[in-house]
Amino acid sequence: MRVELRDIRKYFGAVKANDGISLTLEPGKIYALVGENGAGKSTLMKILSGYQPPTGGDILLDGQPARFHSPADALAKGVGMLYQDPLDMPPFRVIDNYLLGRDRRLRLDYKSARAELVALASRYGFAIDPNATIDSLSMGERQQLELVRLLAGGAQVLILDEPTTGISAEQKEILFESMHKMTREEGKTVILVSHKLEEVQELCIYAYVLRRGKLVGGQELPCASEALVEMMFGQLPQRSRRPAFTLGTPVLELQDVTINTYQLTVPDVNLTVRAGEVFGFAGLEGSGQRLVLQACAGLMPPGKGHVRLGGQDVTGWGYHRLQQHGVGYVAAGRLEEGLVAGLSLTEHLILARPEKQFFIDWPGNRAAMTERIATYQIVGQPETTADALSGGNQQRLLFALLNTPLKLLLLEHPTRGLDVRSADYTWQLLYNRRADGTAILFISADLDEIIAHSDRIAVFSGGRMSRVVDARETTADELGHLIGGQA
Amino acid sequence: MNDSQLIAVLASIVLQASPLIIAVCGEIMTERSGVVNLSLDGTMLMSAMTGFVVGLRTDNYWLGFLAAAVVGMIFAGIVALGSIRLGQSQVAIGFVLALLGDDLSAFLGQNYTRMSGAVVPKAGIPLLKDLPVVGPLFFDQNIVVYFAIVLVFVTWWWLNRTQAGLQLRGAGERPTAAFARGVNVNRVRYLYTILGGALVGIAGAAYSLNVKIGWSDGHVRGFGWIALAIVIFGGWSPIRGAFGALLFGATKALATVLQRAFPEVSVVAFNALPWLLMILVLLAVGSDYTERFITAMPHSWQRPLRRVLRVSPPMALGTAFHEG
Repeated sequence: MRVELRDIRKYFGAVKANDGISLTLEPGKIYALVGENGAGKSTLMKILSGYQPPTGGDILLDGQPARFHSPADALAKGVGMLYQDPLDMPPFRVIDNYLLGRDRRLRLDYKSARAELVALASRYGFAIDPNATIDSLSMGERQQLELVRLLAGGAQVLILDEPTTGISAEQKEILFESMHKMTREEGKTVILVSHKLEEVQELCIYAYVLRRGKLVGGQELPCASEALVEMMFGQLPQRSRRPAFTLGTPVLELQDVTINTYQLTVPDVNLTVRAGEVFGFAGLEGSGQRLVLQACAGLMPPGKGHVRLGGQDVTGWGYHRLQQHGVGYVAAGRLEEGLVAGLSLTEHLILARPEKQFFIDWPGNRAAMTERIATYQIVGQPETTADALSGGNQQRLLFALLNTPLKLLLLEHPTRGLDVRSADYTWQLLYNRRADGTAILFISADLDEIIAHSDRIAVFSGGRMSRVVDARETTADELGHLIGGQA
Repeated sequence: MNDSQLIAVLASIVLQASPLIIAVCGEIMTERSGVVNLSLDGTMLMSAMTGFVVGLRTDNYWLGFLAAAVVGMIFAGIVALGSIRLGQSQVAIGFVLALLGDDLSAFLGQNYTRMSGAVVPKAGIPLLKDLPVVGPLFFDQNIVVYFAIVLVFVTWWWLNRTQAGLQLRGAGERPTAAFARGVNVNRVRYLYTILGGALVGIAGAAYSLNVKIGWSDGHVRGFGWIALAIVIFGGWSPIRGAFGALLFGATKALATVLQRAFPEVSVVAFNALPWLLMILVLLAVGSDYTERFITAMPHSWQRPLRRVLRVSPPMALGTAFHEG
């Protein structure tokens, strides 16, 4: 099925998630849709698969305009989407999951459904036991089941969102094989949404690149990975002027740190961050940088190796103990992980303070919070609840709650979702921290931010950490190579 | 106790359990669609009162049941509307309705206490009622008991063997995935909340017209909470739920027997017996030992055993669903 998107727009208030995207997908081919987080890929694919209506623009299927009222409607018209977390029913049996929504007959016809399911699965090389319950299956098997459901529902266009995250190498091979079968033999159209450029190069014949809600280009594949990276991130900017600073003694030392999760192994990280230094981790999401950050915060015990804080071995210490020893951690999910929605600013301060008293000194804490509100330029009152603050103010509140002095400050996406002024102010606050000798280690999806604010940069790709590069001397080309996984 | 006495006790257990079974089946359908209707206690008081009064005034117990079902549907409809349409807490609305139903039934029914009215007549099923043991237990009862028994199997069949039942369970387990398969989640939830409410209403009238005939202030107080507890105890399965209701009735009867045998122990202590048993069973089913026991069984038995023994609430129980 030939798919044409014409001038697709999707606005959420003032945010333009998709801003006039037009592209064409031919049958029988595998396409890639790439772009950084927040580039608008998921929004576009949700529109194409009927989960969200566009603000404007048209979808044409084989030249005919189509309007989807729901995902089920989109599937009936030939477009199906496989989510990273498959939309199945974990407590159900495979066969019940397959039958749900299949037809309008009252009685379930298990016999023919079983035969159909098994036949369709084996056509694509999947082995599925219809009587197993879904929560006993691996991620790869659940994915296969969901694909079979979409194909049985008549999908001619299949959208796969990060399908290789969390599945085994063997399952990955089966998946790729089935994708080739769908396109080459059956003339279906497949769209792969992925951060993993090697896979994109291996599978797809053409990549569409999104940046900040716009289509910035297309590229025949395979090509040099840095060409894609450059399109994804844009031209790298000049380093902004920033206060010069002399580095102090080593604060954080990682020695042969290895982290194992069931999805990813991060082997042998060796790293020293010194007092007053700003160290940036770059790389596509899920490449291991967040795991290293969590290991430093005591949230992810390393499988082997040593973590030292100011010369003291802190390997295996928990989060709270590290916190008491001067490690601050600001997670990406401000309201999810960092703040408590219904509590006031003063109550947050009381919770964050290291000394715990049974009776709370309300006037004292309110005064202290008022002072911090002024210092950190938070638009709010001591009585305001955290969820009533804007994103920028929530971020400043998180910084305001960090205790001083800190030895090490760990940050995830410190300016994600902030406008330019809030972002600038956030970095000003961070620079003030380093004057106290705090070492700052941060991850960001925004390469501009990493280059502009770091002293040194390490790039993660597929779990491996690159050599450490000096932010003043690096080039877009060099980082592009490293993000693509080349040394 | 001789044999015929024992049979009589057992038959009365079945009779006593029948309203609970009806309410449990209704609430199971509601909860498996993702809505928790906590108003059962108030609903049953209101519908017991309404059913009795309508039966008395019209001298027709069928009309009594009908009126009781409508009362149940109104209460459930308020829970559904408040939670689905207005986005309010299901727990809060249900709880308030439970309290409201208690006082409202006392107020509206105050002129009808301790009167005699319409009663469901006994109606043994020819031939079947003459079977040994099961005959007197299940087939020499009346229409309410037969309805409860049939309802258990129909509910089970509906949940597990029909497309509609699959959609109902889907709405309660993972509404986003059900929506992706074309299920109108909120419509399904409205439907089964109100249907469940109708059954709870019928259960209330089943007390006032059949099991605990008549009306008095606080007549069936507590039985709504018992039904809610049995839903959990029954693992949201109608067959296990019915078993739970019978077990509850049996331990109650046992408590009476024990009370007679040990007159020096307070009756209150024996009344706690069913709850103690339920907690023990829930702990046993949820423990690691059950899993170890299942793993020790032959491989082909493990899957059916796990399905029978596993207790897990519908994943999306009590949560709101928004499309898109």
